[in-house]
Amino acid sequence: MKKLSARRRHPLAAVVVLLFALAATGGLYTAFAPASKAKADDTAQSLAIEEGKKLYLVGCASCHGTGGEGTTDGPTLVGVGAAAVDFQVGTGRMPAQQPGAQVPRKKVKYNQAEIDQMAAYIASLGAGPAVPTKNQYNPAGADAAVGGELFRNNCAQCHNFTGKGGALTYGKYAPGLEGVSNKHLYEAMQTGPQNMPSFPDSVLSEQNKKDIIAYLNEVNGPETTTPGGMELGGLGPVVEGLFAWIFGMGSLIVIAIWVAARTAKAKKS
Amino acid sequence: MSSHDIPEENLPAEQATHERGRGAVSVADERNPFADPGLPPHEHRIQDVDERAAKRSERTVALLFTVSMLATLGFIASYVTIPVDKSTYIFPIGHINALNFALGLTLGVALFAIGAGAVHWARTLMSDVEVADERHPIEASPEVRAKVHADFKQGAKESALGRRKLIRNTMLGALTLVPLTGVVLLRDLGPLPGTSLRHTLWAKGKRLVNMNTHQPLRPEDLTVGSLTFAMPDGLKETDENFQTEIAKAALMIVRLQPGDIKDKRELDWGHEGIVAFSKICTHVGCPVSLYEQQTHHALCPCHQSTFDLSDGARVIFGPAGHALPQLRIGVDSEGYLQALGDFEEPVGPAFWERG
Repeated sequence: MKKLSARRRHPLAAVVVLLFALAATGGLYTAFAPASKAKADDTAQSLAIEEGKKLYLVGCASCHGTGGEGTTDGPTLVGVGAAAVDFQVGTGRMPAQQPGAQVPRKKVKYNQAEIDQMAAYIASLGAGPAVPTKNQYNPAGADAAVGGELFRNNCAQCHNFTGKGGALTYGKYAPGLEGVSNKHLYEAMQTGPQNMPSFPDSVLSEQNKKDIIAYLNEVNGPETTTPGGMELGGLGPVVEGLFAWIFGMGSLIVIAIWVAARTAKAKKS
Repeated sequence: MSSHDIPEENLPAEQATHERGRGAVSVADERNPFADPGLPPHEHRIQDVDERAAKRSERTVALLFTVSMLATLGFIASYVTIPVDKSTYIFPIGHINALNFALGLTLGVALFAIGAGAVHWARTLMSDVEVADERHPIEASPEVRAKVHADFKQGAKESALGRRKLIRNTMLGALTLVPLTGVVLLRDLGPLPGTSLRHTLWAKGKRLVNMNTHQPLRPEDLTVGSLTFAMPDGLKETDENFQTEIAKAALMIVRLQPGDIKDKRELDWGHEGIVAFSKICTHVGCPVSLYEQQTHHALCPCHQSTFDLSDGARVIFGPAGHALPQLRIGVDSEGYLQALGDFEEPVGPAFWERG
């Protein structure tokens, strides 16, 4: 100790002390800081799950069971993932008004924070697709032409060529895709809601999905220009021909009859 | 315009009286008990009796024709000035191509104004007096007929067809052979398909290639409830015969829970619940791919034939005659899905010799 004390006035003493102090602070920081941050994350996550479970027990459990195991009124939610919850609740389909052939899109009942909490709870029940990040579904830079090809190959059979939707069996239908947000489009492809088959990344890659979203924004967005206007539902030439023959020709006949029926005589008989 | 605007002496009723009886009128007698009432008295229009009304009509017609001219000029002006890709918002229609809208509107007005002007002109200003025209016999007069007969006989005699038999026979031969050119062209309806309707590109060891990513599929790529379309390995979209081949080989792959599959053969021919069916409807060959993943029904968009993919793709609704053919699949040594042979039966609609 004396030795150490004797050297306290050594020119390098201050440097050594400073190094010790730095090492100690750095070491303490690495030891504590990340751990406490992770802990905070953990608590936030478990809090969300806890809150989500409460919401679930109030709004969902009557059909899907108290543990998400499913009942005769609703399928099991184990393994459907957060993306499915975000889609179903975020588009207002869930909570369902009544059981039926198909649950329609309607007014959203929960705010996004509540939806996230329920999604966290459902995701904790079993592994499933997570809610996509903005990066995943943002169509900027995607190829709408490739997307159109993919859409016609994979989606158009039910949703029609420009996503106008169409009928299925026994009251089921493929909904129109107009006004559906990019995130919900992505989630629908990812999870396959209701009777729609799913298109996981392994068969329809993230880039493929972006291309499809870009295509839909192009042909079915709020700013989409229809070259001729009056697209008659965008259902194709059969509808257009039928309209021209029945309403176009029909109105011409009506006008012709009207012209001929009006007499030009001064004395009306 | 009402009748009190017309000068008193010009009222049509006065004129109508002395025109009565102008048409062919017969009276009732024993052989013909119903008298022909003849044409009703002609009634005048306001424009016939009132010069002011006629002038008004003239101005209306001229106005309509002028509108048409202006619209035509508008058509040409829009064609020249509006860029082809300009978009505009028109209230009830929505976002629409500006050029198309302007061209359609101006051309529509131009044509309509011509039609409306012509109709108004004919109805108010052109003569509207009823004209009766008696029917006449269709037959030509005896002199004309006799002349035609004589001309024909003379022509036949001068052609000497009866005498110059060589010409007659060769001409008949030529006229008989010419239609054969049309008959020979019918050969282009063939050649007969041979056995090509019974075979597709699928064969033992061909990998199933995802049509979206163009990568060979592995069983773990396919989740339960997913729908994937595949083509045989080696087929390229740039191949000359791509359309012909994919029209037969198009494949629809779904994955079910093995427990949900009711048909034993279907389960055996699949791989852990992954089953591959022909995408071509057995009715008239539309692509069947409206797949409902909860009911496992696939339906055809053309005539609503519905196939139960959990029961050997049995037809449960619609006009299709038989189940969708299933492709036997397995996994090769590298873990990719592969076909274990071609379809066992011809894909697509039935044909005469299908058996």
